[in-house]
Amino acid sequence: MKKYDITSCISYPEEGAMGKTGSWRVFRPTLDIKKCVKCLRCWIFCPEGSIKRNKDDTVEINYDYCKGCGVCANVCKVKAITMKRENEKK
Amino acid sequence: MSVMINTGNYIAAKAAVMARPQVVAAYPITPQTTLVEGIANYVESGEYTGEYICVESEHSAMTACIGASEAGSRTFTATSSHGLLLMHEMLHWAALARLPIVMCNINRVIGPGWNIWSDQNDSIAQRDTGWLQIYCSSNQEIFDTIIQSFKLAENKKIVLPVLINYDAFIISHTSMPAYIPDQEEIDDFLPPLNPAWKLDVDNPVAHGTLIGTKYYEKLRRAMHDAQQNAIKLIPKIAKDWEKQFGRNHGDLFEKYQCEDAEYILISMAAIGAESKVAIDNLRKQGIKIGLARLRIFRPFPSEEVIALGKQAELIVIDRNISIGSEGAMFNEIKSALYQQSDAKVTGFIAGLGGKDVPYGDIEKMCKKAIQGKTKNHQIWFGFKEDD
Amino acid sequence: MALKDFPREEYVLQGNAACAGCPATMALRTVLKALGKKTVMVVPACCTAVIQSLYPTCSFDIPVMNIAFEACAAGASGIRAALDQQGKHDHTVLSWAGDGGTYDIGLQALSGALERQTNFIYICYNNQIYSNTGIQRSGATPKGAWTTTTVGGKQEFRKDMSEIIRAHHLPYAAQASASRPLDLFEKVKKAKDIKGPRYIEILAPCPPGWRFGMEKTVEMGDLAIDTGAYALFESIDDNVVFNGKSKLILEEKIKPKPIEEWIKNQGRFKHLFYPKRDEKCLAEIQEHYDQMWDRYRKEYL
Repeated sequence: MKKYDITSCISYPEEGAMGKTGSWRVFRPTLDIKKCVKCLRCWIFCPEGSIKRNKDDTVEINYDYCKGCGVCANVCKVKAITMKRENEKK
Repeated sequence: MSVMINTGNYIAAKAAVMARPQVVAAYPITPQTTLVEGIANYVESGEYTGEYICVESEHSAMTACIGASEAGSRTFTATSSHGLLLMHEMLHWAALARLPIVMCNINRVIGPGWNIWSDQNDSIAQRDTGWLQIYCSSNQEIFDTIIQSFKLAENKKIVLPVLINYDAFIISHTSMPAYIPDQEEIDDFLPPLNPAWKLDVDNPVAHGTLIGTKYYEKLRRAMHDAQQNAIKLIPKIAKDWEKQFGRNHGDLFEKYQCEDAEYILISMAAIGAESKVAIDNLRKQGIKIGLARLRIFRPFPSEEVIALGKQAELIVIDRNISIGSEGAMFNEIKSALYQQSDAKVTGFIAGLGGKDVPYGDIEKMCKKAIQGKTKNHQIWFGFKEDD
Repeated sequence: MALKDFPREEYVLQGNAACAGCPATMALRTVLKALGKKTVMVVPACCTAVIQSLYPTCSFDIPVMNIAFEACAAGASGIRAALDQQGKHDHTVLSWAGDGGTYDIGLQALSGALERQTNFIYICYNNQIYSNTGIQRSGATPKGAWTTTTVGGKQEFRKDMSEIIRAHHLPYAAQASASRPLDLFEKVKKAKDIKGPRYIEILAPCPPGWRFGMEKTVEMGDLAIDTGAYALFESIDDNVVFNGKSKLILEEKIKPKPIEEWIKNQGRFKHLFYPKRDEKCLAEIQEHYDQMWDRYRKEYL
């Protein structure tokens, strides 16, 4: 990535530009991989792009950035994702 | 080289096309219209091969120039009066984004009270936008300044947009001869744009995101420093131009009969040109007076003003008024002199609303100032008989 | 086409400033998957100006020009002209604006760019309010909706933007929804391969703006379609084709759900139900959408 010399409001792409947004989370999505049918609905609907799509179309949740909105759990037709309070889990 | 006898606007159009901008976006407004019509003719004749976007407003004209410039193209536009005012928001945007856009503004009265004559309040109102501002007084100067302005704007130490101003009708619609260099000579003087930054899919950046206070201050400081750099660069570019083309219209000021002057008249644009005749006449009457025609209003050449103030008493004629304060030049000249020189400065407001300012009136103003009735005071010339 | 056929590339990076449950990033992920790397995006003042995060970093992996509120389409015209001059005809110029920047303050620049046949895609992600400034009414806000500037509920109906767009006779125009990524992807893909001005509106249910739980973004989009509050269609060279459930509603093969099914789940309409039902307003809203579909049938069936 080339950085420009000029002093202007030029911003460069970076993951986590607003930090680890996983800290925003109140509810934590938990994936039961045994139930997953690889439909990818959680992957495409996640507003953050925090559902990682593996090569075999299985999915994983990236808790570093997942904001805990719960869209994934809501769109999952086989109820493979459930939302639990962060502090309940710990 | 050839000679073109035509109006300021048509000669500006010629210069604009010869600078080879990839994109021109413009919206018509009197008295700028013949300039954009001139470019349209060059599109039709094939002499201009860039994109010519006929937008639906001046706001969009400046925005389209910003888009094209951010994408790495050389851009040009032109406007006047209300058009410039409508652009105001985007003028800030262009300068803050550090884009070397060049624009002609034909100084025209602001409404209400529709009036299309010369008045500088339109461009003076843009003085804090970060654009460099140049004022021209002849068609040749317009041609030469447009080419030089691209060179200035695109210099890595500047990277700011340039506004070139000249008077409605007095210049824009008056035919004068201008020497037009060959395209190869222009190309030699002004190589293709190498942008300081650009929107590029192979090196993606986002321009103009949210920004915190600390960084924002740096943007402002960098713009200010760039304007200061222009103080040194403008004379250098003018010299380079002179070397190649044999003409120099002055750099920050055009000085005339200043060497031994005890009084120096400071005026700009068409009044500046008219002032030369007045100076000749006053000299004939034995008054040691000279003219410093201000060409560059932004950056404001404070050091040069101080030098003038140390040499002579100053007389300033403004074709603009900061309502509730003073004429813009008068105000800024006094500000530059503060604690540097005790020079007497007399200011005049003249020619508002396009009112004619003939050399005879300029002579009268100079004499009134020299007679010393009016110390550090600004007079609306000809406004009342008993002023 | 299925979700598994969607490109894996992500151009909206994680850890951005969008609210949880944001429909704008949800839709933008799909849009940029359809458009690919050679895309230059123009963003006026809108939520996305914030979403892309803070200098000196940004959350989009494509070049972005931020521009003033009313200026999105004009900026795109300039970029297009420059790219064409540089021979980059294969690049897509994408204007990505909210409904405020489209229906209201940006309408003039948009109309100008469409009339000039600027070769670009203009997408309005319509969350029916000025979300970014804190939920004020826009020309896209539906009647009855609470906003911070229509405290007792908006009195007027939404401006029919798609009809205004269609009056420009574009080679491509469409309405899509953040809740229907397959439909959205296919529409953007189709638009990408057409030259000239293209317009797509995406319904973007906004959890904080509409006052619903952030997990319900998709549900609210789907309900808008099922109740006929919003229609999916595309217009290719002035031929309008409805699709999905909207096609069935148009052809009267299914009856839309009552509009109440959509609005009762949104806090912005709460005053129409509590403390007591505002029967008059509810009936007016239902009647408005019934009339909209009657008009659609007359014109497009």
